[in-house]
Formats: sequence, structure tokens, C-alpha cells
Amino acid sequence: MTLKSRHLLGLERLTRAEIEYFLDTAGSLKEISSRDIKKVPTLRGKTVINLFFEASTRTRTSFEIAAKRLSADTINFSASTSSVTKGETLIDTAKNIEAMRPDLVVIRHPASGAPELLTHWLDLPIINAGDGSHEHPTQGLLDLFTVREKKGKIDGLTLTIIGDITHSRVARSDIYGFQKMGARVRVCGPPTLIPPGIESLGVQKFTRLEPALEGADVVMALRIQLERLAAPPFPSLREYSRLFGINLERLRLLKPGSIIMHPGPINRGVEISPEVAYSSSSVILDQVENGVAVRMAVLYLLSGRSVDAQ
Amino acid sequence: MITNQTTKLIRGGRILDPASGRDGIFDLLIQNGQIARIDPQIAPPPGAEIIDATGLLVVPGLVDIHTHLREPGYEYKETILTGSQAAAAGGFTSLACMANTDPPNDNSSVTEFIRERAQKAGLVNIYPVGAVSKGLKGESLAEIGSMVASGIVAVSDDGNPVMNSGLMRNALEYTQIFDIPVISHCEDLGLSQGGQVNEGLASLRTGLAGIPAEAEVSMVVRDLLLARLTGGKLHLAHISTARSVDAIRAAKAQGLKVTAETAPHYFTLTEEAVLSFDTNAKVNPPLRSAADREAVRNGLRDGTIDCIASDHAPHSLVEKDLEFTQASSGTVGLETTLPLTLKLVQEGLLSLSQAIALLSINPARILNLKKGSLSIGADADITVIDPGRKLTVDPEKFRSRGRNTAFPGLQLQGRAAITLIRGEITFRE
Repeated sequence: MTLKSRHLLGLERLTRAEIEYFLDTAGSLKEISSRDIKKVPTLRGKTVINLFFEASTRTRTSFEIAAKRLSADTINFSASTSSVTKGETLIDTAKNIEAMRPDLVVIRHPASGAPELLTHWLDLPIINAGDGSHEHPTQGLLDLFTVREKKGKIDGLTLTIIGDITHSRVARSDIYGFQKMGARVRVCGPPTLIPPGIESLGVQKFTRLEPALEGADVVMALRIQLERLAAPPFPSLREYSRLFGINLERLRLLKPGSIIMHPGPINRGVEISPEVAYSSSSVILDQVENGVAVRMAVLYLLSGRSVDAQ
Repeated sequence: MITNQTTKLIRGGRILDPASGRDGIFDLLIQNGQIARIDPQIAPPPGAEIIDATGLLVVPGLVDIHTHLREPGYEYKETILTGSQAAAAGGFTSLACMANTDPPNDNSSVTEFIRERAQKAGLVNIYPVGAVSKGLKGESLAEIGSMVASGIVAVSDDGNPVMNSGLMRNALEYTQIFDIPVISHCEDLGLSQGGQVNEGLASLRTGLAGIPAEAEVSMVVRDLLLARLTGGKLHLAHISTARSVDAIRAAKAQGLKVTAETAPHYFTLTEEAVLSFDTNAKVNPPLRSAADREAVRNGLRDGTIDCIASDHAPHSLVEKDLEFTQASSGTVGLETTLPLTLKLVQEGLLSLSQAIALLSINPARILNLKKGSLSIGADADITVIDPGRKLTVDPEKFRSRGRNTAFPGLQLQGRAAITLIRGEITFRE
């Protein structure tokens, strides 16, 4: 198996076989994290740069742990402590970092397309750790991995994504990833937060929660990203929660064995109630755990140790 | 100022003058900077410079109604001189330049500065467009009368819409004193604010904020209503959507005197061009859907859209080698507009005469310029086109300072071989 691209920019461009390759590799690497000594020498001598231009705890920590468990050296670069605050452009920052000879670049950026921009300027594998409202491919992969682990398959399942679809990079990656793997995808939220033309991606659109939950195998509640909404296009968080929040009562609408996911961080009591977040249906912490295995797989497969392409 | 006493004879070319309907092989004699004769065979007067145009097309000097020359204020993007060089190389002999410079052209001293620089460059007739509002702020009318006295031929806040409908009404009324058009940049900021790409396929796939077609259409409709109310002269800039074309067509059918332009990127490209986050394809209004492009092309064919403008918008790398959301909008166009228009002829959409009219007599009439026609006694502003010449768009070869073309690497056929104003050669390939 070879990957077509040396980069991971989004799930839109991966084939089903490539997605399975990442998931299978993650499956074989997951066990490392439960060892007494959680380290293998696979990427010894490799340097991974985490370029984070946007606040992130979970994703950055997850990438850092993943790299360290593979024995890579990791450097965290965050915008607030960098020369970006002195006016340096993304390209100049990236060219300077390239001059220090890293082997892989992981980038999180508030602008859609920023990772793709780097691929034109750097001769290095670029891993998208979330770009604007575009894609978050490692989140998509860890969601797929978690569903496959919990439900034994992805083919034929129905996934319902609830919330702000327009501004969600997780939604886009999940829509592409789950559909490629044979699942049906529904999106549900206030019409002001669902992009026009979403049906052209092959998904079903709902503006009321109850029918969207009916028959769903997997429910993904998205965070209401207040920081991305200058003026929220809904009246209040209270009303949002009333119409679209997942609480215990709504959990009962789901068929037995359905699972609840959330990409985190959660707004308690807004899109998900604490009782649901920590219920037996919730796999939110499994997602976080699996995130490390998936990112180990991504770093490993893109490190050049196994990729023949380019 | 170009003063030219020499005599030139353009021999054996196909003379195509949409304004008079002349189309055939003729010789054209230039004396004292004017067109002296057009006849099947003209014996060269003594001392005449002979230009052999066999196999070439001789058309009225092209007119571009919508450019940004960036001077004063943004000379690192373009100057009046480099913009003039680009225009001449693209076959243009006249152009109008927008007011969004720094300082903006909202008073006669800036207008005079532009005219002085234009004359010093001496390569193209430059007609400044004045601002509608002071400081392009959309609040109160600029001193339009003083600017007209200094040489503006139209007013526009282009780059910004005139959001205040009352101010737009006043502009359409006040400009009737001078019989100049108000050129409207149609964009409802309430619908477009923060937008980067077309709302639809492009915003859906990239996650970039979308600008709906309705941001343009609603303002086109508003301006048509205000033109009807006031009887003012309205020209609609860079039309990009199907429903705008429909609205203009309906208004014209009802007898409203309104004119409109589009630009080559709107009849050539679609929003697919931004799916790779290419900032050179970031333009305002944004590249639209395939259906919109089709409607714009049909609007050109049936005359709903009156002319083709480059909307030449040069930027430096500082504004384009950036994240898509940070990059400035605009593509250069002076050096690609003619071949991209000829492509419509090659594709069978337009006749050659239609294509040339869209680039010469039509925009000249909108601006009330005595240009765009090969008539006896007119200034010898002439573009000689080599219709067979193949070219590949190469930004490194542009005369413009801007390298930001939305068409890099595109293979085209047909370009200006010789450009003349008042009988003087301003470009020769």
C-alpha cells in the first residue's frame, strides 16, 4: 500500500483504501500506549514541528504524545510566543522553520487552506491539524477509528452530525470520511448554521432534532464555537440547547447500542448535557485516547519510512 | 504629449470597424495623427512609413472602461507608467482608471495629477474616474463638478459599493448636469461581509465564508430602480451572476437606459478555481458557478452586457502570498483581456465584430468618448491584431508590475501585434 500524497490535508482527497490504511496502522500502534514503557524507536532521529496558530490543547498534546511515543523529537511553536506577533507572514515563518531541517510539519491555522499553502512552499510532509472551517482530517480519522472499534464496522451505519455545520472542519472531514467508508451521513442544526447546498455532498439535511436522531447509529454533537461567530445566528444558547442539545430524554430516542461522540471541548449543558457526556453511550474519552494512536499512524506513514510516493 | 507629423500606411490588413460595419481588406493612411483615408489600394505618399498588415486584423484602438492603476499611493503594485505599458501591450489605446487610490481621486487635484502622469507616460489615453463620495466613504458627494472640469469621465466608489441608497440616488441625479455615468460596484455588504468565495460549491468545499450571488443581484436591482426613478446614467460594473444578467435584460426590455460590463474571469472561470485556495483566483465579486458563467456569456452574446472590461487589479506578492483569508482580491487583466475575448470568438459564442465592439466602440460610447471607431478624421488610435499568434500566459513577461493573474499557463490564440495612438506606435511585438 502506498499513499498518493506525502501530505495529509483532508479526507476529501483520500481513497477508501487509504483511509483503511491509516485506520489499520493506528490499530496496530494503539497497543503501544498501554505498555509499561510507552515508546518505540520507529521515528528516532526525526523532528516533528507542531505549528499552532490557533489555541489548542487536545490536538496539540495528542500530536506531541504521538510523536514522543514513536521517539521523534517534537517542537511546539505557538503563534502567541512567536515572531508572528512581530508581523512575520506564514510563508516566512515556515521557510525559517524549514531551514532548521525538521522532517514533518503539523499545522493548525485559523485560515482555511493554510496547510495547502505550505505545501507549495516547503519540501516537507504537511499534516493538517485543523484549518479554519475546512478540514480536520486526523479528527475525522479518529472518529472513524472509534466507530469501527465500537460498532465493529462503518459500512451501512447512519451518522448524525448536530450543530454548526457551516463553521465546522470536523463536520467536513467526517462527512467525507464516513461516506467514503460506506456510512450514511445526516446533518442537523439551525438552517443559519448549515451551508447552502450541503445536500450536494450527499448528506441528508434536518432542521429538527428528533427525526435526525431516529435510526441513527452514531450521533456527533459539535461544539458551538462562539469564538467563530461574531453574531451568533440563533437567539441564545438557551434556545439552541432547547432545540438541539443532547440530553438524557433525547438519548432515549436513539436505538439501543447507539453511541454519542463529541470532538471536544464540550460546552456543558449547551450541545450536550453532562449526564450524556459521561453516560454509557458516550465514547468521548475513547475518541481522545484513539486520537493518539491515529496520530502515531499518520506521523509514521508520512515520515517517509514507508511512503513510496513523491 | 505625443505630436506626430509622420505619415504611416497600414497595408493589406483586414479592417474591421464595428461602428461603421466596415469589414474587408483595405489600406489605411495615417496623417498628422489622424485617419486620413481608408481605401482598397492607397499609393504610399513620399516618406510614408509602411506597416505591412497582411494576414492581420486592423481594428479601432481598444478601450478598457475599468482598470486600477494604483497611482497615487500604491506605486509598488502598479504605476501609471507600468499600467500604460501593460495596456499598450494588451492592445488598449484608452482606459478609465478607478478612484480607489491613496489619496482617492475624490478631488480635482488628484484628477490633475493622474492626467499629468498619464500624459508623461504618453502610451495610452487615460480617463480618470472620480469618486462618488468624499474619501470613498459613502457618506457625502465628492466635488464631482470640479473633477469633471479636470477631466473625469465617470464617477464610481468601485472597490466599495455605495450602500446608502439616498446617496446613490443623489449621485444619479447630480451627474445629469455633466451627462456622465455612475459606475456601480454592486455588493450588499450585509450579505457579503467577511466573505471570501462564492457561496455554494466553493464555500461548502473550502470552508471559507461565502458571498451569495444575491449580494450582487440585490444591489443591481436597487440601482436599476434608482436609475428609473432619477433618469440618471447607470453603468453596472463586473457583472458576475445569472440573476443580475436577467434583471438587466428585463430593465433594458422596458426601455431603461442602463449599461453593464463583465470581466474575462467571469466568462472564463468558475468557482472551481478557488478550490485549491489559489489566491490569484480571489476576486471581488467572487468567481461564480458554471450556470452563472453561462448566463454571463449569454448576456455578452445577446447584448445585455455592453462591454468587456479587464478590471485590472494589480497586487504585489505582499498581498497575494498569504492565507486565502488574508490575501487581497483582484487579478491583473490588461495583457490577457484581448486574447480571452478572442477565445469567445474561437468558441463560436461571439462574432469577431461583436468581440471587437465589446472592447472598443461600446465602452467608448458609455463614457462619451470620441474613440472606438475607424472613421476618417478620427484620432489614429488603432490596434493591429495577429489572430493566429499562439501564446501562453506567463506572468514573468507582463509589463504590469502585478503578477497576480488568474490565468497562469493558459494557452491562448490572438494578441495585439501593434498598438498606435494618434498614429504613434506605443507597442510593437
